[in-house]
Amino acid sequence: MTTTTKQPQTRNWNWSHLQKQAAPYLFVSPFFVLFAVFGLFPIVFSLLLAFSQWDSASGLSTMHWVKPLWSNFQYVLTDPLFATVLKNTFWIAIVSGLPQHLVAIPLAYVLHTQVGRFKHFFTAAFLVPFVTSTVAIALVTTVLFSERNGAVNQLLLWLNNFVLFDPLIPDQTGEGYIQWLFEKEYTKPLVCLLIFWRYFGYNTVLYLTGLQTISNDIYEAAQVDGATRWQQFWHITLPLLRPIAYFTTIGTVVGNLNLFDEVFILFSGPPSGGEEYSAQTIGLYLYNNAFGPNQDMGAAAATSWVLFVIVLLITLITNAVFRRTADPSEA
Amino acid sequence: MKKALSLIVLLSLGSLSQAATLTVNCYPDVNRSIEAAIPMWKKQHPDVDIRINTLAYPDHHNALTTALATGNGAGDVDCVEIGFVARFGESGGLEDLGKAPYNAKQYQKLVTGYAWAQATNADGGLYVFPVDIAPGTLFYRDDILKKAGVTPAQLSKSWESYIDAGKKIKEKTGAYLLLHANFIALAYIRANIGEGESLFFDAKGQPMLNSPRFVKALQLAKMARDSKLDANLTQFTPDWTDALNKGMLATQPFGAWFEGTMRALIPGTAGKWRAVDLPEKSYATWGGTFLAIPKQSKQKALAWDFIRFYGLNKDVQLNSFKAITALPALKAAQNDALFRKPVDFLGGQVVRPMWVRAANNTRPFDANRYDSVANDALGTAITRVLNSGVDVKTALDEAQALVERRVNRGN
Repeated sequence: MTTTTKQPQTRNWNWSHLQKQAAPYLFVSPFFVLFAVFGLFPIVFSLLLAFSQWDSASGLSTMHWVKPLWSNFQYVLTDPLFATVLKNTFWIAIVSGLPQHLVAIPLAYVLHTQVGRFKHFFTAAFLVPFVTSTVAIALVTTVLFSERNGAVNQLLLWLNNFVLFDPLIPDQTGEGYIQWLFEKEYTKPLVCLLIFWRYFGYNTVLYLTGLQTISNDIYEAAQVDGATRWQQFWHITLPLLRPIAYFTTIGTVVGNLNLFDEVFILFSGPPSGGEEYSAQTIGLYLYNNAFGPNQDMGAAAATSWVLFVIVLLITLITNAVFRRTADPSEA
Repeated sequence: MKKALSLIVLLSLGSLSQAATLTVNCYPDVNRSIEAAIPMWKKQHPDVDIRINTLAYPDHHNALTTALATGNGAGDVDCVEIGFVARFGESGGLEDLGKAPYNAKQYQKLVTGYAWAQATNADGGLYVFPVDIAPGTLFYRDDILKKAGVTPAQLSKSWESYIDAGKKIKEKTGAYLLLHANFIALAYIRANIGEGESLFFDAKGQPMLNSPRFVKALQLAKMARDSKLDANLTQFTPDWTDALNKGMLATQPFGAWFEGTMRALIPGTAGKWRAVDLPEKSYATWGGTFLAIPKQSKQKALAWDFIRFYGLNKDVQLNSFKAITALPALKAAQNDALFRKPVDFLGGQVVRPMWVRAANNTRPFDANRYDSVANDALGTAITRVLNSGVDVKTALDEAQALVERRVNRGN
């Protein structure tokens, strides 16, 4: 009798208790399951792979530790091509990254202070390259910069008719067309041009958002004190934009060091990455190691961890630079 | 109740008698060739459907790599291009067709010799079956040659006479000899493989990228570049198609299959092209397709039926040849009257017996799993010689060191 009355009570208590306790975990679990499968597992697997050799076509059973354990890293770091791709990556990151901000900040300032009701139109227009598919952009670039029929070379050939421009394409018949998508002198600048065009608008919009958070009172006070527009820009706008500048700079640094899809499509090859690997980035080198001619998963995984360390170091340096340049009065 | 039961039994029987589906994974244009064979297959196997999954050439081989790695996702039959034969053959993920129950070695005499050799691994395993071959040939524009006063014999006598003919063509007509000087190097390397060697490796499996064969190949290419005989174009780009269309290129060294490609690519030039042997009667190969049965296939017997149907049936091979003009590896198909017919696109030239002769004179050599590594290193060496003025020996020594480094690492 006692037991029959107690049992349902226990079940009820358990069920409601379980509901209350477990429901939040149940609701949040899809994220953790997805993260474990698509986030955590690849990270752990690539770490194991960085210390292993594996012929991917032969199945997981052929995966084994390398001896010595660091030999994949040794192989990558002593690869002459790795030095080239490292140099390429930094070259492209700096040459395409720095101008983005040098143009975006003044442009955002002009938009904020000078442009009235058309501001939203410009904001949307600047975002168009950012939201367009990389594949579409790279394919259009390929057509525009193709050697013989590309609009750019045809324009340069036409400009040859004018005295000032006649060395643009050396041979008037067009035999000396610039091979934008192959010649080592042009591949990196072309990538930089593409990256600059694609991201400067995005950064401009971010800076514009930052500018809108600066109170007008500060500018009014400055005007009362007789500050010129330049002085206002230099002493008010730039310092107060520092948090946004930190955010956009980190974004540019991480994005440019991981650059892959643009160069993959533009310089699919052969040779992959343009003449003498002139535009091959670490991202493309990693991909080629895994899926290209080398078919070396261990080296590819080691490359990905080297890239991770590089990105981490550069991010820490950027962090330190921004902290050092911070106004002590803000602290 | 009885009615319901009968209906269930009928439906179950229906599903049991449903056609089986054989999956064939391949890349273009082999898919068109297999599609063309389906009606003939259905006559023999009305209860078995063929499903063809086609991916672009690199994507198909990447997908097969992933499928073999994970043990899931491969077709019942998979196409393998010559560049991947050795790697997939050594992977352990494909059935050895030389062993029971397949016993494919009994068919060796029916298939072109060099293609059979390419299909055979260093360990004697036969993990792929050859279906189409690609003997190298030299396509040329008859009208341009006539205008320049150059004979086809001058093109094919030797590599030096080919380059001399190019100088005359450029001078008289303004047309380039060919799209890119690296084609000369690649053709020479493929056509002069020594006894026991493979394309890039010696009998011991060591790379030989700085051997005399490669040195001579790059010297010839440089000779053409220095005389401005190549248009410096990349194959399968709009600029290249445009140059072919406009008669800017007098010759095009390629696999014989390119005749069919030209029909679709540059139909306006029909009747203007002809073909001769490569210079020095160089017998070289330019591609080739093989079929394999992945170990993960659940219908291996049926898959083997399909490979025999597709690769060893003369009518099917001829039907495929009509679809994509890739030459059949099956000798019986090569002897058919169809091969003695004039080719309209080539101005009525009876050219196929020449290609068959070239194919059967090609020296057999093994594929090596590091072929793609060596090919990549060679490509860079050629570029450095042609574009950057680097000395031939220096560029080849660098390429040799790169490949040695990869081979010594293993995996």
